[in-house]
Amino acid sequence: MHELAITEQIAKIAIKHGEKNKASQITDLYLVIGELSTVIDDSVQFYWDLITENTLCEGSKLHFKRIPAVFRCLDCSKEYHLVQGELTPCPHCKSSKMDILQGKEFHLDSINIL
Amino acid sequence: MVKNVSVVEKIHSANDQLAAEIRQRLDSVSVFSINIMASPGAGKTSLIERTLQELTPLHEIAVIDGDVATSIDADRAAIAGATAVQINTGGQCHIDANMLRLAINELDLENFDLLLVENVGNLICPASFKLGTHKNILIASIPEGDDKPYKYPAMYQDVDALIINKIDLLPYVDFDMAYFKKGVQLLNPDLVTFPLSCRTGEGIQAWITWLTGLINNPKTA
Repeated sequence: MHELAITEQIAKIAIKHGEKNKASQITDLYLVIGELSTVIDDSVQFYWDLITENTLCEGSKLHFKRIPAVFRCLDCSKEYHLVQGELTPCPHCKSSKMDILQGKEFHLDSINIL
Repeated sequence: MVKNVSVVEKIHSANDQLAAEIRQRLDSVSVFSINIMASPGAGKTSLIERTLQELTPLHEIAVIDGDVATSIDADRAAIAGATAVQINTGGQCHIDANMLRLAINELDLENFDLLLVENVGNLICPASFKLGTHKNILIASIPEGDDKPYKYPAMYQDVDALIINKIDLLPYVDFDMAYFKKGVQLLNPDLVTFPLSCRTGEGIQAWITWLTGLINNPKTA
């Protein structure tokens, strides 16, 4: 059900911007999703088709741009990533203090309209 | 002709906006609020009962309970002495700011000094939906296992306090506290942590002391 709430939000935002730009149809949505942000996968397209029937978004396609998580170690300043999806201490110096540089993104970047 | 229109809007912006309004509303009547999150069965309702037991003589407390169905949890909170409102999310796996806003409308908010919000039992979705509460609390419990910070990083990352419940069960289950705490340390380095048992009462006092220290304007005469 998490996906349903999220797809409803995506539709609201897209339709708002579509109407503002006098669109007759929204054909594509470009979403940016960080590796650390909410759980969402390609199955969302299924919900999408259901909830966008009879709206500006009917028949539109969702495109996902995935942003990998990047951390910077606060002790040795080196950057590192998730290891098999799991957060680890710094692989260079074993410190557990880090900043998240990217990976928490979750927004609608742009839409294609007719 | 197809035209590309820049949007750049956070998917959760509408919810975040409502959450900010809830915070303002709570602040305007000096109600301190916490959002309690955990997996099903970790002890959210038990913690609320314990907290009410300690604090109802000293504070005016409201409880808002989120569940997919039933009013069992709100009934327990009411029996324990609180004014309770049940939110049935109708299948949603979390409370969102709009549901909380509607539930708050059912309360005479200015009569209270503490609001406890019990989220739906779930370690994934509630992390994404801000409610505007002053503190977000996560309850982990010993029988769930020591790997939860690693499996549900988003939940551990954004909370303000962690309760480790059911510590009375430590002798009976394989729970590596050092491994668990290492995961928490990675995600949320200075997280304030309360190991306790709602069943035996061990450790409850430290939690109560921390919580009461945050309530600004007690309203009990």
